[in-house]
Amino acid sequence: MAGTGSIHLRAGDGALLRVEDLVVEFPIGHGGEAVHAVSGISLDVLDGETLGIVGESGCGKSTTGRAVMQLPAPKSGSVRFDGVELTSLHGEALRRVRPRLQMIFQDPISSLNPRRRVREIVREGLDIWEMGDKDARNAKVDEVLDAVGMDPANGARRPHEFSGGQCQRISIARAVVTEPKLIICDEPVSALDVSVQAQILNLLEDMKHRYGLTVVFIAHDLAVVKNVSDRVLVMYLGKACEIASPDDLYEHPKHPYTGALLAAIPVPDPTQHPDEERVLGGEVPSPIHPPTGCRFRTRCPKSQERCALEEPVLREVEPSQYVACHFPLEAGEQIDFARVGIGASIDVASDGDGSTP
Amino acid sequence: MTDVAAAQPSGPLLEVADLSTHFETSRGLVRAVDGVSLTLDRGKTLGIVGESGSGKTVLSRSIMNLLPKRGVVRSGSVRLEGNEILPLSAKEMRRYWGAQMAMIFQDPMTSLNPVMKIGKQITEAVRQHLDVTRQYANELAESLLASVRIPEPHARLKEYPHQLSGGMRQRICIAIALACGPKLLFADEPTTALDVTVQAQVLDLIAHQQAERFMAMVLVTHDLGVVAGRADEIAVMYAGRIVEHAPTGVLFANMKMPYTEALLASIPKLDEHSHTRLATIPGRPPDLVIPPPGCKFAPRCRYVQERCVQEEPPLTAGAAPGHEFRCWFPVGTPEGNEALARNEREGRVPQAAALAGHA
Repeated sequence: MAGTGSIHLRAGDGALLRVEDLVVEFPIGHGGEAVHAVSGISLDVLDGETLGIVGESGCGKSTTGRAVMQLPAPKSGSVRFDGVELTSLHGEALRRVRPRLQMIFQDPISSLNPRRRVREIVREGLDIWEMGDKDARNAKVDEVLDAVGMDPANGARRPHEFSGGQCQRISIARAVVTEPKLIICDEPVSALDVSVQAQILNLLEDMKHRYGLTVVFIAHDLAVVKNVSDRVLVMYLGKACEIASPDDLYEHPKHPYTGALLAAIPVPDPTQHPDEERVLGGEVPSPIHPPTGCRFRTRCPKSQERCALEEPVLREVEPSQYVACHFPLEAGEQIDFARVGIGASIDVASDGDGSTP
Repeated sequence: MTDVAAAQPSGPLLEVADLSTHFETSRGLVRAVDGVSLTLDRGKTLGIVGESGSGKTVLSRSIMNLLPKRGVVRSGSVRLEGNEILPLSAKEMRRYWGAQMAMIFQDPMTSLNPVMKIGKQITEAVRQHLDVTRQYANELAESLLASVRIPEPHARLKEYPHQLSGGMRQRICIAIALACGPKLLFADEPTTALDVTVQAQVLDLIAHQQAERFMAMVLVTHDLGVVAGRADEIAVMYAGRIVEHAPTGVLFANMKMPYTEALLASIPKLDEHSHTRLATIPGRPPDLVIPPPGCKFAPRCRYVQERCVQEEPPLTAGAAPGHEFRCWFPVGTPEGNEALARNEREGRVPQAAALAGHA
């Protein structure tokens, strides 16, 4: 899984966003050590497409989203958005790009300023960029509030007067008001009830069509990601595991980690008892000293010696299905996640950055 | 979830009768829990399911007597092994908390004391309730950490909560809840703050410990998927009331309450193609200060008829034993099908959907 490579990137100019070999590290202490949050991720998103990014906490999916926004800028790698290399932009030039890139965050309540009125929150982007005159701005705010299912008459109220689901609608209104090309949704429904989650997912789909958006959708819930995505990237500990269309990924996962994530989803059917053997054990290893070779090998039932020594590179195993694994799953293969393979505990002298020795 | 029910005292472990919890607010009385009755046998699991604001958390806290003293009016009866515990003071409840009934909370980040070592947090209740030496308590704490599958339990005892991940912290909370061997465990959204993989681990762990200790559990969640494979029976709550209650198999095979059906439909399914439009429940739960007359779910219901708006349906028994629901036009019955067909024919949409302008 410690997959690198960019074979999955599509040729041509269709990609609105093209990220290559993105690396984000956060230095800690004074010993030159660093948290390897994202280690060589490549991805592309075509105009009008939705890319889902899934993985457990700490897999670097949010950091990837933020690095695309240059919040903060990545350590290395390329982020091309609409033909512009964002990593080379600074200051005012970068600021000029920002209205076309927007984010929606996980916690709808804390991502809205509690002291501002809803109308001011949604209008702020228009005010900053002086888009149209005052009447035009107000009309635009009314339009987006209505589009997200909020009564514009409630615009004078403050965020605390609304429920979590409604605050997320306000966040969506704020994100679409500047007519962005790309929206990065970072766990937008994780804090919501299932019934509200369904409303917000449908709303995002409507917004996508209405405003012609391209979406990067980050979440840990595969069922949610499947519902919204055209293509899904599975991440683990800063690396890519598998990239495929949602239907392929769910029907025949190739990476053992994808299989584990799928097995963990609770099924609302009492005749299917949860099977403990299909639950992935252990925890994500420290991103300060990530395992050598494949980063998933410490929890992987299929790991062999090769997994510790050699980092797998993304390759196409089925048409448009890319996996970074030396021993991908066969069709219909069931694996017992309660144990780990022999490659799990091999100790390879690390060269310090955890990449292939 | 086990069949070890031998040589146990007779009668249910927990009996709740007509329990109501009302909060006094400046706007008026909030009927957070309104006339709930249920029983739970030893070793069994009851799932309580509902949206935010349905009263499921207040219900479990009312049973545990964990609500603030001021501004709360509780009535009804809560019996644990036949003993009435509703009127007990906090001081008297100390005999029960931890020892007889314990709770695991939703957010493992905030439910541990950040400035107290983990070992101390576990032994605190043990030393309070059981007459044991400090050394024995420490050994017990270590074995508890091992039983919740925390690696290197001895070293962990000396650590602080911030040194552990969310999943590990929730395991610590489970260890604390299990420390004195309670007969009844409340798990209030124990995995909502966790990843799916960790959620599966934690739920398996709780189920294991429950079977081993023959402990009864109330599992509170908003996700029907979480309770489907793990609860013996399920109570669906809406607006402070139980609207459907049945053994798990019966509920899923033969649900009668439109609200239960709508909750289930709103879960994204893995076997559906991507971009499948999700079924939603329009609108929001009602204001519990001025609840609507008639069925509380009527403004959001696809099956709604005149009668629903005027007359509140009582909790009526279904065909299967133990199945109860509150509905005039139950799902899958001739009346229900006719109501749905009539609404479709006449283009009648739930009031909440009509108001919001969006489904």
